[in-house]
Amino acid sequence: MAKIKSLEELKKIKEQAQQSVSLRVKGDNIENLVQVRVAMATCGIAAGARETMNEFIKVLNEEHMDNVVVTQTGCMGYCYAEPTIELTMPGKEPVVYGNVDKNKVHEIVEKAIKGGEMLDGIIPVTHNTVE
Amino acid sequence: MAEYKFHILVCGGTGCLSSNSHEIADGLKDAIKAAGMEEEVKVLQTGCFGFCEKGPIVKVLPDNTFYTQVKPEDVNEIVSEHIVKGRKVNRLLYVDPENEKHISDAKHMDFYKKQMRIALRNCGFIDPENIDEYIGRDGYQALAKCLTEMTPEQVIEEVKKSGLRGRGGAGFPTGLKWQFAHGYQADQKYVVCNADEGDPGAFMDRSILEGDPNSIIEAMAICGYAIGASQGRVYIRAEYPLAIQRLEIAIAQAREYGLLGDNILGTDFSFDIQLCFGAGAFVCGEETALIHSMEGQRGEPTIKPPFPAENGFWNKPTNVNNVETFANIPVIFLKGADWFSSIGTEKSKGTKVFALAGKINNVGLIEVPMGTTLREVIYDIGGGIKNGKKFKAVQTGGPSGGCLTEKDLDTPIDFDNLVAKGSMMGSGGMIVMDEDDCMPSVARFYMEFIEEESCGKCTPCRIGTKRLSELLKDITGGKGTMEHIAELKRVSQVIRDTALCGLGQTAPNPVLSTLAHFEDEYIAHVKDHTCPAGKCTALLKFKINPEACKGCTLCARKCPVGAISGEVRKPHTIDQAKCIKCGACMDNCKFGAITKN
Repeated sequence: MAKIKSLEELKKIKEQAQQSVSLRVKGDNIENLVQVRVAMATCGIAAGARETMNEFIKVLNEEHMDNVVVTQTGCMGYCYAEPTIELTMPGKEPVVYGNVDKNKVHEIVEKAIKGGEMLDGIIPVTHNTVE
Repeated sequence: MAEYKFHILVCGGTGCLSSNSHEIADGLKDAIKAAGMEEEVKVLQTGCFGFCEKGPIVKVLPDNTFYTQVKPEDVNEIVSEHIVKGRKVNRLLYVDPENEKHISDAKHMDFYKKQMRIALRNCGFIDPENIDEYIGRDGYQALAKCLTEMTPEQVIEEVKKSGLRGRGGAGFPTGLKWQFAHGYQADQKYVVCNADEGDPGAFMDRSILEGDPNSIIEAMAICGYAIGASQGRVYIRAEYPLAIQRLEIAIAQAREYGLLGDNILGTDFSFDIQLCFGAGAFVCGEETALIHSMEGQRGEPTIKPPFPAENGFWNKPTNVNNVETFANIPVIFLKGADWFSSIGTEKSKGTKVFALAGKINNVGLIEVPMGTTLREVIYDIGGGIKNGKKFKAVQTGGPSGGCLTEKDLDTPIDFDNLVAKGSMMGSGGMIVMDEDDCMPSVARFYMEFIEEESCGKCTPCRIGTKRLSELLKDITGGKGTMEHIAELKRVSQVIRDTALCGLGQTAPNPVLSTLAHFEDEYIAHVKDHTCPAGKCTALLKFKINPEACKGCTLCARKCPVGAISGEVRKPHTIDQAKCIKCGACMDNCKFGAITKN
C-alpha cells in the first residue's frame, strides 16, 4: 500500500473501493432500483442463463448503470422460452421476457431499462414471485 | 477486477464465531470453488449483525437474503440451491414468530424495521480487516474534510452543534469536553478512547471495535486535530482478544496508507495511536482510574478537579471519550451537525446502541433513535418476553443504573428521562427480567459485583457495599427482618453521599431502585418468609397437593435425602426439616401435584 498524500489520492482509492461495496449498498436499497432477475433453474442454465446474467452485469458495468441490480431466481416455469428474465422497474409491475440471449440483453438495457419501452418477447405473467 | 455477482456476508462477531461461523465462511469458500464460481461470488466475514439470538447469521447480497442459525453442514445447500440455481433455502430463513411466515429480507424483519444505524453503520456490512472497504463507505473523508477545510475551533463548534453527548454513561456534551482540552496549553496532549466496557450484559463497544475499527481510528484523529494532540491511546480490556486483533490490523493498515503517522494527507497534522490493555476492572471505566491504570499505577480514581482535560495522562491535557461516542463523530462531519441534531429528543441527539440481554426473545445488539420508547425496544425490536412470560422490570445502566417497570414502558428513552425515572442510560446494557426473577436477588447479584469491583480506596464504597451485600444475603437467605430493610436504605444513602467516585456514588442504585418499585417483595421475604418469584431457595417450600397426588412413589424414590414419605396409592408428604429444596420431586412428578412457593 502506498501512502495517501492528498485528498485527491484518498478520493481515488475511495472510487476503487466503492465498486467492491456497491453490490451491498444496492442490496440495502433494492426496492428503489431496477431489478433484473434471471431464472436460474437447470433448464435455464442449460439454455445459457449464466451467460445471459454475465452479459447483463458486463453491459451494466460498462454503462455505469448503478441503478440496476442483477439477481437470480429459481424456475419461473417457462421452460420453452429459456433463458427468461424478470424486469422490475421501481414501483411498477414486473415484466417477464423470454429467450433472452446476448443480443436481447443489449436491447433490454438500451430500450426497456434506459428508454422504459415495452419490447417484443414479453411472456404473459402467470406466476407470482415468491418473496 | 473480478465482477462479483454475489457477496456472501458471514457474521464474524464474537457470538457467531463461537458458533463456528469461521467454519461456515471457509466451507462457503470451498463450496463456491467446487462449483467453479470463485470469480463470481465473494465471501467475507463482517462484524456483528446484532441478531445474536439467531446466529450464526449469513447474508446474501444483492438480494438481501438473511439466513439464521446456519450450521457448517448447511453451506453446500446454500451454494448449490441459492447461488447456483437461484432458489432460497427456505428452512434457514427467519420465521416471523407472529404469523410463522418465512421472511427472506432483513428489511422486513421487525427486529430491523425500527432501528437506525449510525454508530453501527458498517457493522455487518464491511470486512473490518480491510481498510479499503471502510474507505469505500466514505471512510476517512470526514478526517480529510476537517484537516483541509476546517480549523480546530470549527471542528469543536460542529461537534457542539450536533448535540452529541458521551455514550459511556454520564452523557456529558462531547463538544464541550473537547473545548476544555483544546483550551489548555501543553507541549503534548492525549486522546484516549475508553474501551473498558465493564457493565455485565453490555457488548456494544466490543461489537463496534470488532465490526468497524477504522471509524474509531478516524474519530480519534479528528479529536486529536481539534484539541491539538498528536498521540492517541485506546484503553481496551485484555478479555476482548478479537477486538484487539481487528484494531491492531486496522491501525497497521491506516499507518501504511499514511492515515496515521506524520503529515497525514499531506498536511501539518501528525497523529498516531497505541493500545493499552486493561485487566478488566470495572472501576477503570472511570476516567481518572483509567488514566492511572494506563500509567502503570493501580486503577484507582482520584478526586476531580483537576479534570483530565487539564491534568490527565502523564499530567498532560487529555480527552477521554467512549467507543460509541467516537463512532458517531465521522458521520457528524459527513452528514452535518444539523442532520445529526435532527435525530432524537430535545436534549439527547442522535441514536443509542443497546445490548439486549436477559429474558427477551431477540437477544442482540440494536441501535435506535433517542426517544424510542422502552416498549418499542422490548416488544417490537426485542420480540417480547421469552416463553410468553410476564414482563417485570428492565435494568438499564448496568450495576450503576436502576430498574424500570411496566409503568415506565412508554417513556421515551433519553439521558434525562431515564435519570428522572431513577435509572440511567449507562453504556446501554438492557437486562430484561420476567415474573420469575426475584428483585432482592437481582439487587444482591449487582451488589456482589460491586463489592468485588470496588477498588477499596474510600471507606464508604469498600465497607458500605460489603454491608449492603451482607444485608441482602440475609434477606434472600430467610434471615431478614424489617430492620434489615431500614438499614439497607440508611447505608445506601450514606454511600451515595460520601463515596469518592462515580462507581461508589451509584453503587446503591440497584438496591434503591428495586426498593422503590418492589418494596412489597422485600417485605414478603422478611415478614412472610416467602419469595414471591420462587427464586430464593432458602425460602422455598415444596408441597404436595394431596388431591392431585396419585401415590405413585416416584418422588419418594427420586428424593436424594429421603424427605418424602407416604403409602403407595395414597398422597405423600414432604418433611420440610429434611428437604434440601433441590426440586427433583417437582421435576419428576407426572401429575403436577408438587408446587413450590
